Amino acid sequence: MYVYDEFDRTFVKERVNDFRGQVKRRLAGELTEDEFKPLRLMNGVYLQLHAYMLRIAIPYGTLSSKQLRMLGHVARKYDKGYGHFTTRQNIQFNWIKLEELPDAMADLASVGMHGLQTSGNCIRNITTDHFAAVAPDEIEDPRVWGEIIRQWSTLHPEFTFLPRKFKIAISAAKADRAAIRVHDIGLRLYENEAGEHGFEVMVGGGLGRTPFLGKTIREFLPKRDLLSYLEAVLRVYNQFGRRDNIYKARIKILVHEIGAEAFSKEVEAEWAQIKSGPLALDTITVADIVSRFQYPAYEALKDETEALESAKRDKQFETWYENSVAPHNQPGYAVVTVSLKPEGAPPGDATAEQMEKIAGLADRFSFGEIRVSHVQNLVLPHVAQRDLPELWRSLDALGVATPNVNLISDIISCPGLDYCSLANARSIPIAQGLTRRFRDLEKQRDLGPIHINIDGCINSCGHHHIGNIGILGVEKNGEEVYQIKLGGRSDSKAQLGELLGPAVPAGEIIDVVENIIDVYVELRKNPHERFVNVVHRVGLEPFKERIYAAH
Amino acid sequence: MTSPLQQKFKVNGPVVVTANRTTDGIVIYRTANGWSAKIEDAAVAMTSTVALALLKDAHADSVYAIGSYVAPVEISESKEIVPGNLREKIRQAGPTFELPVSG
Repeated sequence: MYVYDEFDRTFVKERVNDFRGQVKRRLAGELTEDEFKPLRLMNGVYLQLHAYMLRIAIPYGTLSSKQLRMLGHVARKYDKGYGHFTTRQNIQFNWIKLEELPDAMADLASVGMHGLQTSGNCIRNITTDHFAAVAPDEIEDPRVWGEIIRQWSTLHPEFTFLPRKFKIAISAAKADRAAIRVHDIGLRLYENEAGEHGFEVMVGGGLGRTPFLGKTIREFLPKRDLLSYLEAVLRVYNQFGRRDNIYKARIKILVHEIGAEAFSKEVEAEWAQIKSGPLALDTITVADIVSRFQYPAYEALKDETEALESAKRDKQFETWYENSVAPHNQPGYAVVTVSLKPEGAPPGDATAEQMEKIAGLADRFSFGEIRVSHVQNLVLPHVAQRDLPELWRSLDALGVATPNVNLISDIISCPGLDYCSLANARSIPIAQGLTRRFRDLEKQRDLGPIHINIDGCINSCGHHHIGNIGILGVEKNGEEVYQIKLGGRSDSKAQLGELLGPAVPAGEIIDVVENIIDVYVELRKNPHERFVNVVHRVGLEPFKERIYAAH
Repeated sequence: MTSPLQQKFKVNGPVVVTANRTTDGIVIYRTANGWSAKIEDAAVAMTSTVALALLKDAHADSVYAIGSYVAPVEISESKEIVPGNLREKIRQAGPTFELPVSG
């Protein structure tokens, strides 16, 4: 957990007071909507189909139990009793009233939460690995660097009106769990041959209408230079990024148009001017930020092999354990993923009761800490292995222990046309239909890891370009039809999916996905060959043939 | 950018003017002399002249309503006003699945 200092607490409270005044003036007609809109967006307030939507940042995906309880309170008091965890480690409330928003924001500010950097053409909420600081394959806690970037970016006067929004993700582990290659800047913290820690800097990744994987413009950036280098990247973007065409305004277009090499040269030239200036990170500054992260006082435990073997005699527990429990870097501890993907439910939604009770379980079993993943699940990061059976029973009673993590029903989905004013087609009902079709958990396990991502428009909040199976809803002659991409992945071997063929009608999409899965099962060399690997080995033809031959 | 009031648009069937209410964002429809949250109260226009007049009135009330625009409707056999496309159906009736219910 990171503890905000007085400066941050005061700033967030002042922002709420400012917003209260702005809402009052808007409701009195002293501000027009055109004047008010940029002000509300700076605080994460959107207008969607049915109501205002409040997006709240969960910086680098870490929540305290107090904060999660507060989110439950906001859901209960100001919304319809639930919230939606997004693909960028944020939470959205879909039914907030403008006249009540200042009160909701004041409640959130009381636990250090806000909607800053969740909207507008600024540097957005910094995201990272939801297993940060507990993953055995990690070299150091990436959230420290997320916080350093947050402090640099929140009020940066130069970067408040960028050509377009700007997303940064950091990973410090071997496995990429933060999809860093599809961010405007992806930072991979690693140890070089000399044993020093630094960043590989990737620029120009992104999804949306024009998807690109980020290109590495610096193989190794010493940690002390992180902010000066980012400043140089942002300056080059701010200067050369297009402002005349919203579809060409993201940094990915600039990097693509001038080329990574030319872009890198511009950055290096800018960086040379500023690298020794005030942005160079001295060890005292970094140590101060590190000291504000509170780490659990772990007990000296041993791995509970025997106790767990005994608990696994309960087959249901064993299934959940094998699926939802990941190794921890401390002996005797485990990392538990809490599935927000029960059969037939909107992916990533949690009720107020679930939030409050998971907060309680975090207090009892996870040092009061919860993580939010970009896969739209929650994580209890510090669970003593001896507590796993009891925790499982409690999670199961709450409906959040479906053992489907990384399986075909662990679907990422944007809100789609059921909520979103940008969407052209629905996405949640497709996710619901798929989880019902593949409800057999044994079959899901047999199929192995398969990531389905669904979007209701090309903006790609549901990351369909990098789904093993990516589904994009579009509207054609008043009907919803769905395009399918295969072979995308967001891990350390990130790749964009390839379009399978013409879009299929809404009424056929579930059958089509099942047919794709059937082809996979027929073609896999053995039960361990993953879906995505089969797609890359055999190409799209066998899938095309099955799906389109009959048409 | 062209003002919505200067935009030329064709009206090929019945339309209404709809917006979101400023105070709480809910979906509202322009009536003959104000606004209503019920589509059945909406003033239906059959021509672009009438639709533009409704839109002009709606924009004049920009404190109460946000983002007014013309949306297609259908008139059912029982003379009910029904939203004319999926987006408008969802705006009127809410998401097409059961919302999560908290205990």
